[in-house]
Amino acid sequence: MIRSASVTKVAGAVLALVLVGACGGTTKDSSAGTAAGGSTGVGRTADPDAPIKEGVKVAFLPKEVDNPYEIIMDKGGIEAVTELKGEGKEVGPSDASASSQVSYINTLVQQRQDAIVIAANDPNAVAPALKDAMAKGIAVVTVDSDAAPDARQVFVNQADSEEIGRSQIRLVSAQVGGRGKIAILSATPNATNQNTWIEFMKDELAKPEHAGLELVKVAYGDDDDQKSFQETQALLQSIPDLKGIVSPTTVGISAAARYLSSSPYKGKVALTGLGTPNQMRQFVKDGTVTAFALWDPSELGYLAGHAAAALASGRITGAEGEKFSAGRLGERTIGAKGEVILGPPTTFDAGNIDEFDF
Amino acid sequence: MRLRALLSGRELSIVIALVVVVGVTAAVRPAFLNAQGLHDLFLNASVIALLAIGQALLVITRNIDLSVGSVMGLTAFLSGQLFLADVDTPVVLVVVAGMALGAACGAVNGALVAVAKVPALVVTLGTLYVFRGLDYGWASATGVRQVNADQMAPEFLAFGSGAVLGVPNLTLIALVALLVTGYALHNWRSGRELYAIGSNPEAARLAGIPAGRRVFTAFVVSGALVGLAGVLHAAYFGTINASVGTGRELAVVAAVVVGGVAIFGGSGSVRGAVLGALLLTTITSALPILGVPAFWQRAVDGAALLLAISLDRAVMLRVAARLRRERGLRRA
Repeated sequence: MIRSASVTKVAGAVLALVLVGACGGTTKDSSAGTAAGGSTGVGRTADPDAPIKEGVKVAFLPKEVDNPYEIIMDKGGIEAVTELKGEGKEVGPSDASASSQVSYINTLVQQRQDAIVIAANDPNAVAPALKDAMAKGIAVVTVDSDAAPDARQVFVNQADSEEIGRSQIRLVSAQVGGRGKIAILSATPNATNQNTWIEFMKDELAKPEHAGLELVKVAYGDDDDQKSFQETQALLQSIPDLKGIVSPTTVGISAAARYLSSSPYKGKVALTGLGTPNQMRQFVKDGTVTAFALWDPSELGYLAGHAAAALASGRITGAEGEKFSAGRLGERTIGAKGEVILGPPTTFDAGNIDEFDF
Repeated sequence: MRLRALLSGRELSIVIALVVVVGVTAAVRPAFLNAQGLHDLFLNASVIALLAIGQALLVITRNIDLSVGSVMGLTAFLSGQLFLADVDTPVVLVVVAGMALGAACGAVNGALVAVAKVPALVVTLGTLYVFRGLDYGWASATGVRQVNADQMAPEFLAFGSGAVLGVPNLTLIALVALLVTGYALHNWRSGRELYAIGSNPEAARLAGIPAGRRVFTAFVVSGALVGLAGVLHAAYFGTINASVGTGRELAVVAAVVVGGVAIFGGSGSVRGAVLGALLLTTITSALPILGVPAFWQRAVDGAALLLAISLDRAVMLRVAARLRRERGLRRA
């Protein structure tokens, strides 16, 4: 999913889906309700104490099979299924087009899998095939990128926007010692996910414990290397006493890191944000960046694997408030609209960055 | 008067605009003109200046290359792939390979334009998509989505961000390219013939100029420069994926036109094109420092383009009127 460093775009799409769901208001809610009712109608009620089905078969369907982010995610999922003594496998298309997953879903239904975990390329294109699978008693979990809410039972989401925004401020605060001027280097001025995160960052800044921090500027690098580079230069020149930059976009943070690493500001101005370990490794090692964050795709898949096994075994049905055990991640609760949230993003620093490869 | 002899009227107006932009910005933020600030200004303009030099050669012959962004992406990706294959690949080899691939792409464009006689606008619009498609296909086939700084040779990155006496390496390379192409265009017979072809292709052909061969060569040389720009982009940013350079063609054509190269060929200089690139990137750097809201920055960019062209046009009309007047006086 992060293949072209555009986590923000994809995250934007994910967020847009969530928003579409939310905008649907009562109708969406009621249809999601019927879906949950429908699956219980097939003869399933949640039994939290039900044993995990023996040899539970879970298939992971990524957006495309050669996407490194998705591969790591699905490996995490297969690990979870193996822990539960089930059989996990990954199959999927070689291109991430809207309809390419449909034939795979149909094949998995014919193979009588117990559960399908899918990162949907398109929320609507896969919906009829997924509904068909649910009607045949197969548990459907979406992960990373949701399908239409009535076409799946549980959606395993990375992290909520609020947590992403707030954790960014906590990171930068720790790096600048809790006081000084900071700036944000975002993507485009109207990127929904970025703006939502920035709102939560501002809200976090308003808390008394961050009184020493002052947000002086939000700059926009348009997710373009050159533009992000120039915006970083402008921030450093126009705010001489700038202490830190937060860039919640993978393109922005790597361009800013590249500029800082070859400028006199290296080590003097803190940089943090959302980035992948591979693109930031060089800059963590050369001391430009101390710590940054992103969710760990392997944990995301792991959580989805546990959710799928729990659904297939009847421990949960996807209704709000149900709880299930997710191995080393502990007990998780299903939230509104069948969403399970992985939790706060993972923070990467010199100590742990070499454990990750994505 | 000396300045007048050194720079044409068009170039002079760009230099004035540049002085105004830099002056106003430096008045607001003196840091804009300190050593680091100047270093950054030249560094930012270098890659686009190389592209503009190549594009100017083509526009002078009444052609255009819209595929530059894609070719640049392809050669940047090639540098990344070379380092993935062997992280100790010598930097010189990467540069040569990038230029060779760029020249090959230029040869494809040039052959279609010069031999098959298809208009350059259509050919390069087609190859814009073809080359980008190859880039994505290559990324997908090898499973390499992104090449990061830690996978490239440290010498390569040091070369990209290095400087000699405070002048960035990339700027030095762009200057060398400018001097060589500028000299060839001004003094070589084949260079002058490019202007003849652009002024009037039919007359040039009748005068015995091998127009096809000259245009083909211009595409190959331009392609090699684009290839070089792609490699330098990789060395400069240290992060490469298959979408490097997307949309860059418009910025390049804008730089060339602002730089006073006539879009219908036959006049202009590579010096003007480079000044145009420097002016546009300087404006992009100055706007955020002046505190222009992000929403307006693009609009200001476009307005600067229109203004430059209008000024240029006004100067041209005055020159034409003066020439007519002088000719009238001579006849009288």
